[in-house]
Amino acid sequence: MNVETISKILRTVPREKAFYFFTSIGNYTGVSASSLKEFMEKINEVNVKSLEFHLYHGDFEKWISEVLEDGELAGEVRKLQKFNLTGDPLRNQLYSSVSRRLKRLVSQSGSTRV
Amino acid sequence: MTRKQRNFYIFPTKNNKFKHQSLDIGREAEITVKLKNNTLILDVTDLKILEALQEDSRQTYMAIGKHLGIAHSTVYDRIKRMEQNGIIKKYTALIDAEKAGTKSITAIMTIYTDPKESERVAEKLCNAPGILEVYTSLSEELLIMAKVVAENQESLHTFIANSVAPLPGVLRIRTSILTKKFKETQFSIVNNPKKLTFIKETHNIKGEK
Repeated sequence: MNVETISKILRTVPREKAFYFFTSIGNYTGVSASSLKEFMEKINEVNVKSLEFHLYHGDFEKWISEVLEDGELAGEVRKLQKFNLTGDPLRNQLYSSVSRRLKRLVSQSGSTRV
Repeated sequence: MTRKQRNFYIFPTKNNKFKHQSLDIGREAEITVKLKNNTLILDVTDLKILEALQEDSRQTYMAIGKHLGIAHSTVYDRIKRMEQNGIIKKYTALIDAEKAGTKSITAIMTIYTDPKESERVAEKLCNAPGILEVYTSLSEELLIMAKVVAENQESLHTFIANSVAPLPGVLRIRTSILTKKFKETQFSIVNNPKKLTFIKETHNIKGEK
Protein backbone atom coordinates (compact mmCIF):
# COMPACT_ATOMS: atom_id res chain seq x y z
CA MET A 1 0.00 0.00 0.00
CA ASN A 2 1.52 3.33 -1.01
CA VAL A 3 1.84 6.39 1.19
CA GLU A 4 -0.81 8.26 -0.71
CA THR A 5 -3.42 5.56 -0.11
CA ILE A 6 -2.51 5.37 3.57
CA SER A 7 -2.76 9.15 3.93
CA LYS A 8 -6.20 9.05 2.36
CA ILE A 9 -7.40 6.47 4.88
CA LEU A 10 -5.93 8.41 7.78
CA ARG A 11 -7.21 11.84 6.70
CA THR A 12 -9.81 13.90 8.52
CA VAL A 13 -13.00 14.07 6.47
CA PRO A 14 -15.41 17.04 6.36
CA ARG A 15 -18.32 17.00 8.81
CA GLU A 16 -20.84 15.95 6.15
CA LYS A 17 -18.76 12.82 5.59
CA ALA A 18 -18.17 12.07 9.28
CA PHE A 19 -19.58 9.02 11.02
CA TYR A 20 -22.56 9.84 13.25
CA PHE A 21 -23.35 7.35 15.98
CA PHE A 22 -27.02 6.45 16.42
CA THR A 23 -28.55 4.00 18.89
CA SER A 24 -31.45 3.17 16.58
CA ILE A 25 -33.14 4.62 13.52
CA GLY A 26 -33.26 8.40 13.87
CA ASN A 27 -31.75 8.51 17.35
CA TYR A 28 -28.45 10.34 17.17
CA THR A 29 -26.22 10.17 20.26
CA GLY A 30 -24.33 13.40 19.62
CA VAL A 31 -21.10 11.46 19.08
CA SER A 32 -19.35 11.61 15.73
CA ALA A 33 -15.98 10.75 14.22
CA SER A 34 -14.17 12.49 11.36
CA SER A 35 -11.15 10.21 11.03
CA LEU A 36 -10.10 6.63 11.67
CA LYS A 37 -8.25 7.70 14.79
CA GLU A 38 -11.28 9.53 16.13
CA PHE A 39 -13.48 6.61 15.18
CA MET A 40 -11.29 4.30 17.28
CA GLU A 41 -11.49 6.66 20.26
CA LYS A 42 -15.24 6.99 20.02
CA ILE A 43 -15.71 3.22 20.03
CA ASN A 44 -14.68 3.31 23.67
CA GLU A 45 -16.91 6.27 24.54
CA VAL A 46 -20.20 5.68 22.81
CA ASN A 47 -23.14 3.70 24.19
CA VAL A 48 -22.59 0.06 23.27
CA LYS A 49 -26.12 -0.07 21.85
CA SER A 50 -24.86 2.24 19.15
CA LEU A 51 -22.08 -0.18 18.26
CA GLU A 52 -24.56 -3.03 18.06
CA PHE A 53 -26.93 -0.99 15.92
CA HIS A 54 -24.31 0.09 13.40
CA LEU A 55 -22.42 -3.19 13.19
CA TYR A 56 -25.50 -5.23 12.33
CA HIS A 57 -26.91 -2.45 10.17
CA GLY A 58 -23.73 -2.55 8.07
CA ASP A 59 -22.98 1.13 8.67
CA PHE A 60 -19.40 0.71 9.93
CA GLU A 61 -18.20 -1.29 6.97
CA LYS A 62 -20.01 1.05 4.60
CA TRP A 63 -18.38 4.19 6.06
CA ILE A 64 -14.94 2.62 6.29
CA SER A 65 -15.21 1.35 2.75
CA GLU A 66 -16.90 4.31 1.02
CA VAL A 67 -15.62 7.30 2.97
CA LEU A 68 -12.24 6.22 4.34
CA GLU A 69 -11.76 3.89 1.39
CA ASP A 70 -10.14 1.15 3.45
CA GLY A 71 -11.48 -2.06 1.98
CA GLU A 72 -9.33 -4.27 4.19
CA LEU A 73 -10.64 -2.88 7.46
CA ALA A 74 -14.19 -2.81 6.08
CA GLY A 75 -13.87 -6.53 5.38
CA GLU A 76 -12.55 -7.22 8.86
CA VAL A 77 -15.42 -5.31 10.47
CA ARG A 78 -17.92 -7.13 8.30
CA LYS A 79 -16.57 -10.45 9.58
CA LEU A 80 -17.35 -9.41 13.15
CA GLN A 81 -21.05 -9.67 12.33
CA LYS A 82 -20.71 -13.45 12.10
CA PHE A 83 -19.77 -13.76 15.77
CA ASN A 84 -23.07 -12.24 16.96
CA LEU A 85 -21.22 -10.23 19.56
CA THR A 86 -23.01 -7.75 21.80
CA GLY A 87 -22.11 -5.51 24.72
CA ASP A 88 -18.51 -5.11 25.86
CA PRO A 89 -17.16 -8.14 23.95
CA LEU A 90 -18.31 -6.39 20.78
CA ARG A 91 -16.78 -3.10 21.88
CA ASN A 92 -13.47 -4.78 22.69
CA GLN A 93 -13.32 -6.74 19.48
CA LEU A 94 -14.19 -3.74 17.33
CA TYR A 95 -11.69 -1.54 19.14
CA SER A 96 -9.05 -4.19 18.76
CA SER A 97 -9.63 -4.52 15.00
CA VAL A 98 -9.60 -0.78 14.36
CA SER A 99 -6.63 0.00 16.62
CA ARG A 100 -4.56 -2.81 15.10
CA ARG A 101 -5.28 -1.55 11.62
CA LEU A 102 -4.55 2.03 12.60
CA LYS A 103 -1.20 1.12 14.12
CA ARG A 104 -0.21 -0.79 11.02
CA LEU A 105 -1.16 2.08 8.70
CA VAL A 106 0.65 4.61 10.82
CA SER A 107 3.79 2.53 11.02
CA GLN A 108 3.69 2.03 7.24
CA SER A 109 3.34 5.71 6.59
CA GLY A 110 5.99 6.64 9.12
CA SER A 111 3.55 8.97 10.74
CA THR A 112 3.65 9.76 14.44
CA ARG A 113 0.03 10.81 14.76
CA VAL A 114 -1.06 7.91 17.01
CA MET B 1 -70.18 50.64 29.95
CA THR B 2 -73.63 49.29 29.06
CA ARG B 3 -72.59 46.93 26.37
CA LYS B 4 -69.63 44.63 26.16
CA GLN B 5 -66.84 45.26 23.69
CA ARG B 6 -64.10 42.90 22.64
CA ASN B 7 -61.28 44.25 20.56
CA PHE B 8 -57.98 42.68 19.58
CA TYR B 9 -55.23 45.01 18.48
CA ILE B 10 -52.35 43.41 16.69
CA PHE B 11 -49.23 45.27 15.74
CA PRO B 12 -45.71 44.45 14.59
CA THR B 13 -42.99 44.30 17.22
CA LYS B 14 -39.32 45.09 16.68
CA ASN B 15 -38.64 41.65 15.30
CA ASN B 16 -41.56 42.02 12.89
CA LYS B 17 -43.70 39.55 14.78
CA PHE B 18 -47.08 40.39 16.16
CA LYS B 19 -48.00 40.84 19.69
CA HIS B 20 -51.37 40.99 21.35
CA GLN B 21 -51.60 44.44 22.87
CA SER B 22 -54.97 44.67 24.56
CA LEU B 23 -58.16 42.83 25.10
CA ASP B 24 -61.27 44.65 26.15
CA ILE B 25 -64.67 43.31 26.93
CA GLY B 26 -66.70 43.91 23.80
CA ARG B 27 -70.00 43.33 22.11
CA GLU B 28 -70.59 39.67 21.48
CA ALA B 29 -71.79 40.38 17.95
CA GLU B 30 -68.88 42.58 16.90
CA ILE B 31 -65.66 40.80 17.50
CA THR B 32 -63.09 42.88 15.70
CA VAL B 33 -59.50 42.23 14.79
CA LYS B 34 -57.61 45.36 13.83
CA LEU B 35 -54.20 45.61 12.32
CA LYS B 36 -52.51 48.86 13.21
CA ASN B 37 -51.23 50.87 10.22
CA ASN B 38 -53.37 48.74 7.95
CA THR B 39 -56.92 48.88 6.76
CA LEU B 40 -57.75 45.26 7.43
CA ILE B 41 -60.51 44.69 9.92
CA LEU B 42 -62.05 41.29 10.44
CA ASP B 43 -65.50 41.20 11.92
CA VAL B 44 -67.74 38.37 12.91
CA THR B 45 -69.06 37.99 9.35
CA ASP B 46 -65.53 37.52 8.04
CA LEU B 47 -64.90 34.91 10.68
CA LYS B 48 -68.08 33.08 9.76
CA ILE B 49 -67.04 33.12 6.11
CA LEU B 50 -63.64 31.73 7.06
CA GLU B 51 -65.30 29.05 9.12
CA ALA B 52 -67.53 28.13 6.19
CA LEU B 53 -64.53 27.94 3.87
CA GLN B 54 -62.67 25.75 6.30
CA GLU B 55 -65.64 23.40 6.31
CA ASP B 56 -65.73 23.29 2.51
CA SER B 57 -63.70 25.67 0.41
CA ARG B 58 -65.41 24.55 -2.79
CA GLN B 59 -68.84 25.83 -1.82
CA THR B 60 -70.11 28.78 -3.84
CA TYR B 61 -70.41 32.37 -2.71
CA MET B 62 -74.15 31.90 -3.11
CA ALA B 63 -74.18 28.91 -0.76
CA ILE B 64 -72.11 30.68 1.87
CA GLY B 65 -74.25 33.80 1.58
CA LYS B 66 -77.44 31.78 1.92
CA HIS B 67 -76.08 29.96 4.94
CA LEU B 68 -75.04 33.20 6.63
CA GLY B 69 -78.01 35.27 5.48
CA ILE B 70 -75.95 37.75 3.49
CA ALA B 71 -75.62 38.63 -0.20
CA HIS B 72 -73.27 36.52 -2.29
CA SER B 73 -71.60 39.73 -3.49
CA THR B 74 -70.73 40.49 0.12
CA VAL B 75 -69.21 37.05 0.48
CA TYR B 76 -67.23 37.59 -2.71
CA ASP B 77 -65.93 41.00 -1.64
CA ARG B 78 -64.88 39.80 1.79
CA ILE B 79 -63.16 36.69 0.49
CA LYS B 80 -61.25 38.73 -2.09
CA ARG B 81 -60.19 41.19 0.58
CA MET B 82 -59.01 38.40 2.87
CA GLU B 83 -57.13 36.79 0.00
CA GLN B 84 -55.41 40.08 -0.84
CA ASN B 85 -54.39 40.56 2.78
CA GLY B 86 -53.03 37.06 3.14
CA ILE B 87 -55.62 35.92 5.65
CA ILE B 88 -56.67 33.26 3.15
CA LYS B 89 -53.35 31.89 1.96
CA LYS B 90 -54.46 29.25 -0.51
CA TYR B 91 -57.08 26.66 -1.33
CA THR B 92 -55.85 23.12 -1.26
CA ALA B 93 -57.01 19.51 -1.00
CA LEU B 94 -56.63 17.21 1.97
CA ILE B 95 -55.45 13.90 0.63
CA ASP B 96 -55.59 10.54 2.36
CA ALA B 97 -52.13 9.33 1.39
CA GLU B 98 -52.90 5.77 2.42
CA LYS B 99 -55.96 5.55 0.20
CA ALA B 100 -54.02 7.21 -2.59
CA GLY B 101 -51.62 4.28 -2.41
CA THR B 102 -48.65 6.26 -1.18
CA LYS B 103 -46.51 4.15 1.07
CA SER B 104 -44.64 6.27 3.54
CA ILE B 105 -43.82 6.65 7.19
CA THR B 106 -44.10 9.78 9.27
CA ALA B 107 -41.89 10.60 12.22
CA ILE B 108 -41.39 13.35 14.73
CA MET B 109 -37.80 14.42 15.30
CA THR B 110 -36.80 16.15 18.50
CA ILE B 111 -33.53 17.90 17.80
CA TYR B 112 -31.46 19.21 20.68
CA THR B 113 -29.41 22.16 19.51
CA ASP B 114 -26.82 24.66 20.53
CA PRO B 115 -28.94 27.77 21.23
CA LYS B 116 -26.67 29.89 19.05
CA GLU B 117 -27.30 27.67 16.05
CA SER B 118 -30.95 26.72 16.54
CA GLU B 119 -32.38 29.32 14.13
CA ARG B 120 -30.02 28.20 11.39
CA VAL B 121 -30.80 24.55 12.03
CA ALA B 122 -34.54 25.27 11.82
CA GLU B 123 -34.10 27.22 8.60
CA LYS B 124 -32.04 24.44 7.03
CA LEU B 125 -34.69 21.92 8.00
CA CYS B 126 -37.39 24.03 6.39
CA ASN B 127 -35.60 23.67 3.06
CA ALA B 128 -35.10 19.92 3.32
CA PRO B 129 -37.33 17.67 1.24
CA GLY B 130 -39.59 15.47 3.31
CA ILE B 131 -39.86 17.91 6.19
CA LEU B 132 -43.51 18.78 6.71
CA GLU B 133 -43.43 21.01 9.77
CA VAL B 134 -40.75 22.67 11.88
CA TYR B 135 -41.18 24.21 15.32
CA THR B 136 -38.98 25.45 18.11
CA SER B 137 -39.88 24.62 21.68
CA LEU B 138 -39.01 26.12 24.99
CA SER B 139 -38.05 23.63 27.65
CA GLU B 140 -34.99 23.00 29.78
CA GLU B 141 -33.02 22.74 26.56
CA LEU B 142 -33.72 24.45 23.29
CA LEU B 143 -35.45 21.99 21.04
CA ILE B 144 -36.52 21.87 17.46
CA MET B 145 -39.45 19.62 16.67
CA ALA B 146 -39.88 18.55 13.08
CA LYS B 147 -42.33 16.30 11.33
CA VAL B 148 -40.77 14.29 8.55
CA VAL B 149 -42.08 11.87 5.98
CA ALA B 150 -39.98 9.19 4.32
CA GLU B 151 -40.49 6.22 2.07
CA ASN B 152 -39.42 3.72 4.74
CA GLN B 153 -37.28 3.39 7.87
CA GLU B 154 -34.08 3.04 5.86
CA SER B 155 -34.62 6.24 3.93
CA LEU B 156 -35.64 8.00 7.13
CA HIS B 157 -32.41 6.94 8.79
CA THR B 158 -30.33 7.91 5.76
CA PHE B 159 -31.95 11.32 5.66
CA ILE B 160 -31.37 11.99 9.37
CA ALA B 161 -27.82 10.63 9.35
CA ASN B 162 -26.77 12.46 6.18
CA SER B 163 -28.78 15.65 6.30
CA VAL B 164 -29.75 16.44 9.89
CA ALA B 165 -27.06 15.10 12.24
CA PRO B 166 -24.23 16.87 10.31
CA LEU B 167 -25.86 20.31 10.62
CA PRO B 168 -23.67 22.57 12.78
CA GLY B 169 -25.25 23.01 16.21
CA VAL B 170 -27.12 19.70 16.31
CA LEU B 171 -26.29 18.08 19.66
CA ARG B 172 -28.44 14.97 19.48
CA ILE B 173 -31.68 13.72 17.97
CA ARG B 174 -34.58 11.64 19.20
CA THR B 175 -36.97 10.31 16.60
CA SER B 176 -40.37 8.72 17.06
CA ILE B 177 -42.01 6.97 14.16
CA LEU B 178 -45.75 7.54 14.19
CA THR B 179 -47.73 4.32 14.04
CA LYS B 180 -51.41 5.23 14.21
CA LYS B 181 -53.29 8.43 13.66
CA PHE B 182 -56.21 9.00 15.99
CA LYS B 183 -57.08 12.52 14.96
CA GLU B 184 -55.99 15.15 12.50
CA THR B 185 -57.79 18.39 12.00
CA GLN B 186 -57.07 21.92 10.95
CA PHE B 187 -57.45 24.81 13.31
CA SER B 188 -61.05 25.88 12.96
CA ILE B 189 -62.26 29.43 13.12
CA VAL B 190 -65.35 29.66 15.23
CA ASN B 191 -67.17 32.58 16.70
CA ASN B 192 -65.21 32.39 19.89
CA PRO B 193 -62.98 35.29 20.84
CA LYS B 194 -60.64 33.03 22.76
CA LYS B 195 -59.70 31.40 19.50
CA LEU B 196 -58.94 34.65 17.71
CA THR B 197 -55.42 34.67 19.03
CA PHE B 198 -54.43 32.38 16.16
CA ILE B 199 -54.49 35.40 13.87
CA LYS B 200 -51.56 37.09 15.53
CA GLU B 201 -49.54 33.92 15.17
CA THR B 202 -50.33 32.99 11.60
CA HIS B 203 -49.90 36.16 9.60
CA ASN B 204 -48.62 39.65 9.68
CA ILE B 205 -49.99 42.67 7.86
CA LYS B 206 -48.25 41.68 4.64
CA GLY B 207 -49.74 38.22 4.88
CA GLU B 208 -46.35 36.65 5.41
CA LYS B 209 -45.95 33.76 7.75
